[in-house]
Amino acid sequence: MAMTIDLPPTHPQGSAQRPGVLRRLFADYGQEFVVLAAIIVLFVVVTLVNPRFISANNLTTIFSGNAYIAVAAIGMSMVIITGHIDVSVGALIGVLATISGTLAVAGYPVWVAWLAPVLVGMAVNAVVGVLVAYARIPSIVVTLGVLSILRGGLISVTGGTWISDLPPDFLLAQKRLLGVPAPLIIMVVLTVLAALWMRYSAFGRSLYAIGGNAEAALASGIPTERRTLAVFVIHGAFAGLATILFATQLQVIQSTVPPNLELTVITASVIGGVSILGGSGTVIGSTLATILFATIGSALIFVNVSAYWLRAVIGLLILATVLADMLRRRSRS
Amino acid sequence: MTLKSLIRHETLLVLLLVAVLIVLSFQSDRFFTVSNLLNQGRLMTEIGLIAIAMTFVIATGGIDLSVGSILGLTAILAGVFWQNVGLPLPVAALAAIAVGSFAGFANGLIITRFAVPPLIATLATLALYRGLAEGISQARSVRGYPDWFYVLGQGDVLGVPTQLWILLAAAIVASVVLAYTRWGRTVYAIGSNETASRFSGLSVEKTKLALYTASGCAAAVAGVIFVSRVSTTRSDMGTGIELDAITAVVLGGTSIFGGRGTIVGTIIGLCLIQALKNGLSLAGVKGDGTIMLIGVVLILAILASNLFERSGTR
Repeated sequence: MAMTIDLPPTHPQGSAQRPGVLRRLFADYGQEFVVLAAIIVLFVVVTLVNPRFISANNLTTIFSGNAYIAVAAIGMSMVIITGHIDVSVGALIGVLATISGTLAVAGYPVWVAWLAPVLVGMAVNAVVGVLVAYARIPSIVVTLGVLSILRGGLISVTGGTWISDLPPDFLLAQKRLLGVPAPLIIMVVLTVLAALWMRYSAFGRSLYAIGGNAEAALASGIPTERRTLAVFVIHGAFAGLATILFATQLQVIQSTVPPNLELTVITASVIGGVSILGGSGTVIGSTLATILFATIGSALIFVNVSAYWLRAVIGLLILATVLADMLRRRSRS
Repeated sequence: MTLKSLIRHETLLVLLLVAVLIVLSFQSDRFFTVSNLLNQGRLMTEIGLIAIAMTFVIATGGIDLSVGSILGLTAILAGVFWQNVGLPLPVAALAAIAVGSFAGFANGLIITRFAVPPLIATLATLALYRGLAEGISQARSVRGYPDWFYVLGQGDVLGVPTQLWILLAAAIVASVVLAYTRWGRTVYAIGSNETASRFSGLSVEKTKLALYTASGCAAAVAGVIFVSRVSTTRSDMGTGIELDAITAVVLGGTSIFGGRGTIVGTIIGLCLIQALKNGLSLAGVKGDGTIMLIGVVLILAILASNLFERSGTR
């Protein structure tokens, strides 16, 4: 299989020539800077066209309304960095939201309703991880199967009904801390922690090694099977955390699978600079990409693009970002 | 060795299919009747056409996630070309298929010229093509086609659903091309080792470009058949069909990493899925329970064939 392996964003200490800090930062986080620049340009341009764009209300919608996607994309990025993929995350979040909401309505303490999706998410993805790591079934096949099982199972159990009368305490996504929406805080904290962990911990580095070259990683003593299982379990935990934000946004939860959510999450990871071939990318990029999509979606409304054309424009922008990224990579190598 | 494991996987599938057919025919008298089986053939044609093209794409180690969106775009365009532009319906349908094929060609260009991994390229065009379908349709549907048009999706030729003939022809041509032509061998070669294929002078880029165009064309034809079968157009037609097609292909023994797979396998995979869907619904299981079972079958089938393969290589 032809593979170009990007250097993971940490250089060996004491390399012969140390380039300038800025240049080094740009080399490590090139794609993240591109996405960040795109966000800033969008904000400036759209605000000039329609100043209401940067009203506090709209900013809250953009950032906290999409925080759950960013949180799910953190776990997805780790999975993709390790060289795998998960197409079942949207279905998983749908199932977890239903479980969480049902528990909350049934009168269980709020912390039980919040903890349950995290634990169940970890358990489901532990099964996925075992099938991928030990039974050696390609992750896309396993998660395709799990997608069917979760989606079919959810609808046949619930019939797609609405869960309403959620207790007010349960609605975490509507809470604020010192005036800042809780989802925003959770998104930023999780992104920063995950980014530090991926960059500086031995575990994080080993994921890049496995994604870059699984055989070489195994030969250098990394327990690739155990790490692969672990990364899926961690991804399950992030799916659970994302679920808490997703399920507590409104007063009701529809017990179905959110359409296309898995593709949105994968796209955020990939556009944020995670190479689909594994071995490179950061979780900062995936969070920035989530914000970029949310900004684009909101911006199109503020500059009066017809809602019917929204997806076409977003698709075009995704394509442009992908092509720009490929050209950037090519010119660098 | 590869041939052996292939035969093994397909034998396993055929046994599974026979077992499923026997069990299901005991569950309901209506299952094993000619009219029911033919009707099931009608229902699986759209996924079938896409899955056949997808077999080639996956055999090269690629994937095409945009087929559902191309199907939707083609359906919308066929309606718009006919009703709003005023083209005669056959011309409108062909023009829509041409656009769908071009959408596949564009996928191929992005993948070969810009070296974008197929998963990402088609993920992006999945959003783009569906968006175009939504934008062009403005949530309006086109109905009221002339009667002759429904022959394609609802009529019979020689007692067999029209579109089943199309699927049959496509399956025969595709399996001959994949198994017996130089071009088919090139597909496997690319999937096994793309770099080596390039060094051996195989036209890797051209082959891939042709495959993604064919995949777009198959999805487009499926789109027109879909419109004829359900008598209307909607921009969300074909949503999620890519996952169904990939499931059939993978269940049929095509390696998701490329280099391995047959059309026969894909067709058996398709029949198995359709038999499960239909048989269970006749036995009173709701459609969603069936989706669940298909997921289980997919994982177990690959697990079983992995185990066989491993014991075979030892």
